[in-house]
Amino acid sequence: MTRKQRRLTMIGGSLAVLAIAAALVLNAMRDSIVFFSTPTMLAEKPVAAGKRFRLGGLVQPGSLVRGDNLAVTFQVADGSNTLPVAFKGILPDLFREGQGVVAEGALDAAGVFKADTVLAKHDETYMPKEVADALKKQGHWKDDYGAKKPDYSATPAAAAQGPSPAKQGVSQ
Amino acid sequence: MIAESGHYALVLALALALIQSTVPILGARWRDPALMNVARATALAQLLFVAASFAALAALYITSDFSVVNVYENSHSTKPLLYKITGVWGNHEGSMLLWVSILALFGGLVAAFGNNLPLSLRAYVLAVQGWIASAFYLFILITSNPFLRIASPPIEGRDLNPVLQDIGLAVHPPMLYLGYVGFSISFAFAVAALLEGRIDAAWARWVRPWTLVAWIFLTLGIAMGSYWAYYELGWGGWWFWDPVENASLMPWLAGTALLHSAVVMEKRNALKVWTILLSILTFSLSLLGTFLVRSGVLTSVHAFATDPTRGVFILLILCIFIGGSLSLYAWRASALKQGGLFAPISREGALVLNNLFLTAACATVFIGTLYPLALEVLTGDKISVGAPFFNLTFGPLFLPLMIAVPFGPLLAWKRGDLLGAAQRLTAAGIAALLAVAMLWAWTRGGNAFAPLAIGLAVFVIAGALTDLTERTGLFRVPFATATRRARGLPRATWGSAFAHAGVGVALIGIVCETTWNSEYIGSMRPDDVAKIAGYELKLGDVTQRKGPNFSEMLARFAVSHDGERLGDMTPSKRNFSARSSSTTEAALLTRGASQLYVSLGETTADGAIAVRIYHKPLVLLIWWGPILMALGGVLSLSDRRLRVGAPKPAKSLRGLQAAE
Repeated sequence: MTRKQRRLTMIGGSLAVLAIAAALVLNAMRDSIVFFSTPTMLAEKPVAAGKRFRLGGLVQPGSLVRGDNLAVTFQVADGSNTLPVAFKGILPDLFREGQGVVAEGALDAAGVFKADTVLAKHDETYMPKEVADALKKQGHWKDDYGAKKPDYSATPAAAAQGPSPAKQGVSQ
Repeated sequence: MIAESGHYALVLALALALIQSTVPILGARWRDPALMNVARATALAQLLFVAASFAALAALYITSDFSVVNVYENSHSTKPLLYKITGVWGNHEGSMLLWVSILALFGGLVAAFGNNLPLSLRAYVLAVQGWIASAFYLFILITSNPFLRIASPPIEGRDLNPVLQDIGLAVHPPMLYLGYVGFSISFAFAVAALLEGRIDAAWARWVRPWTLVAWIFLTLGIAMGSYWAYYELGWGGWWFWDPVENASLMPWLAGTALLHSAVVMEKRNALKVWTILLSILTFSLSLLGTFLVRSGVLTSVHAFATDPTRGVFILLILCIFIGGSLSLYAWRASALKQGGLFAPISREGALVLNNLFLTAACATVFIGTLYPLALEVLTGDKISVGAPFFNLTFGPLFLPLMIAVPFGPLLAWKRGDLLGAAQRLTAAGIAALLAVAMLWAWTRGGNAFAPLAIGLAVFVIAGALTDLTERTGLFRVPFATATRRARGLPRATWGSAFAHAGVGVALIGIVCETTWNSEYIGSMRPDDVAKIAGYELKLGDVTQRKGPNFSEMLARFAVSHDGERLGDMTPSKRNFSARSSSTTEAALLTRGASQLYVSLGETTADGAIAVRIYHKPLVLLIWWGPILMALGGVLSLSDRRLRVGAPKPAKSLRGLQAAE
């Protein structure tokens, strides 16, 4: 092969791999992306039953009911609307009523959000970012939800870098 | 006093870094050895001052000096000593200090052991290190000073996040940083080569050991982090495709590609321009990782406090370094002469293929990690890209790579013989097919994907062994000859065989764990028995205990398998009063490479405990694989060829190529 042919082979091969990668990405983007929503956003723009999304908000105080065999139900609220959530399994250590939560799953026919993953906030001063943003946008943000930062503006504990287990979650 | 001294030492380090970033460059321009040698002195002095600064912060933590904000925020007087020390980097400010300490350490190492580098190259490399160091010292001093005082000191600190009070924090971040920051050396070498306009095979030989060191630590760091997440989070997951994890995976993928392309450059003087680009990209991805994690931009349940000034500052550093180095690359790369022709089917060709797939895989991770951020900035939509995306993109790209791995080392340089390589891999192929057939029969149909993937892994491992047997002539020549040849093989050959086998081992672990993992979730009372995968776990008593800075609820499980008693497992739930938060301490029982995993949930009003039990077959292989890879890296590193400037042996007995 001449130098030119070799170079063309290399360029052709690279382009082929890149094209495959691009096709894979586009294909995966279509099916495996999960949108985030809050009860109010759902009321405005309903999501079809069975479509997976992430639901964020505050766990409505007094709404947590524990059933048999680790089944739990609770309400997720964002100030104006609430949505019932059903989950079966062990809730994360930091799951509390009145505090932020993100659940992943889908609505069933009855309009109950069947969660298969529940992620709770990380420590006592942290609120999941999506929840905080959504609450702020809807005007339900209270300063005491968020980081109670002292005046010298230091940050609450941040985890070490990397795949550290600073994530509180339950999945099954 | 200690805090002020630490702060002052850091300021001095910044001053030294500024000198180091300018004077040696002038020296190299004017060909003045005295000015060029300034770099060596400043790099060593910088290391001294940063080490002093770090020691000061550590001392503040050990003595629990709560008049310092950082200590107050992240420590507690009752915390065990180990966690007081590791707490130094368990927070933003401290971890940035660790970052620059490691940067200074690498700079110091180049200064101390780079005597055989051409003087001007060393001056340029250390100057580039100086730029990076200056940027990050400024970042720490302006936005994240760990030495700030509180006017009226509180009596007690707020304690370190309980999840981080674990031996994992002692090992994982330093390892990861040694990897991340280690790539700054290959970056500095690349920029130096562009500035000098000169690059040759010797350059690759100097860069390779540094890249290898960084890669070894990054490999171990990622594996360690994954194991930590596995046992600490209490639900048995070991990789979440979380942006924070991806931030460390991307430099690893690019760094792995870099390792391989540097081989081509060193041996064949080809792929120069590409290797330079990869060096730049690898460190850029490390910087991106630092930005993602440290600026708080992530839509992640990882808790990183958001402070826009920090984010903007790191973004600025990121843009200057990535933009600057890429512009320099665009401007100067054409000046570098291409050399070393090779046919597409050759060792070089195989390594190019490796690079293509690794960088394409890296690009998909990049898109999956940054697309949600970009979308949120542009449209305000919040999306999350999770495991399904990465399984659909990353997986298919790794598949051809894995098939190609055994072929690479068997192909000759310049022009290879694919058919010959395939013939020599017949035994490996048969082993793989046997594995597939046996697993197929054993699992009786079931998941078709798992046996195939394991067959592929067996192929990779057997392929690595084939490479060794081919080179030593094992089974063809007398055993004694083969062992003699084995001793004479370059360590790098052993290294690559180990590393490739490690990939296969990890793949077996991943497939077994995800496919045949069984779980039991339910609530149990004392004397209840849970059965899982042939094991019986009987809940004994539940007791309360007091630890140094927590109280815990311990549950004792008696474990037996087919009536044979194996021992006790005692998972617990810890409550940390200082932060009123709790952690789940999983209990692990290891049987071979498999593990039983028990973690506790909440207690119900009637006294039952929610329990999660997993049986994870061959799960440990997931981490043994990376350990094997790192071992391969260490073997490669000990190759005499890479010990540049190693004294030439009096007699070159085996005719090995002596280092220059």
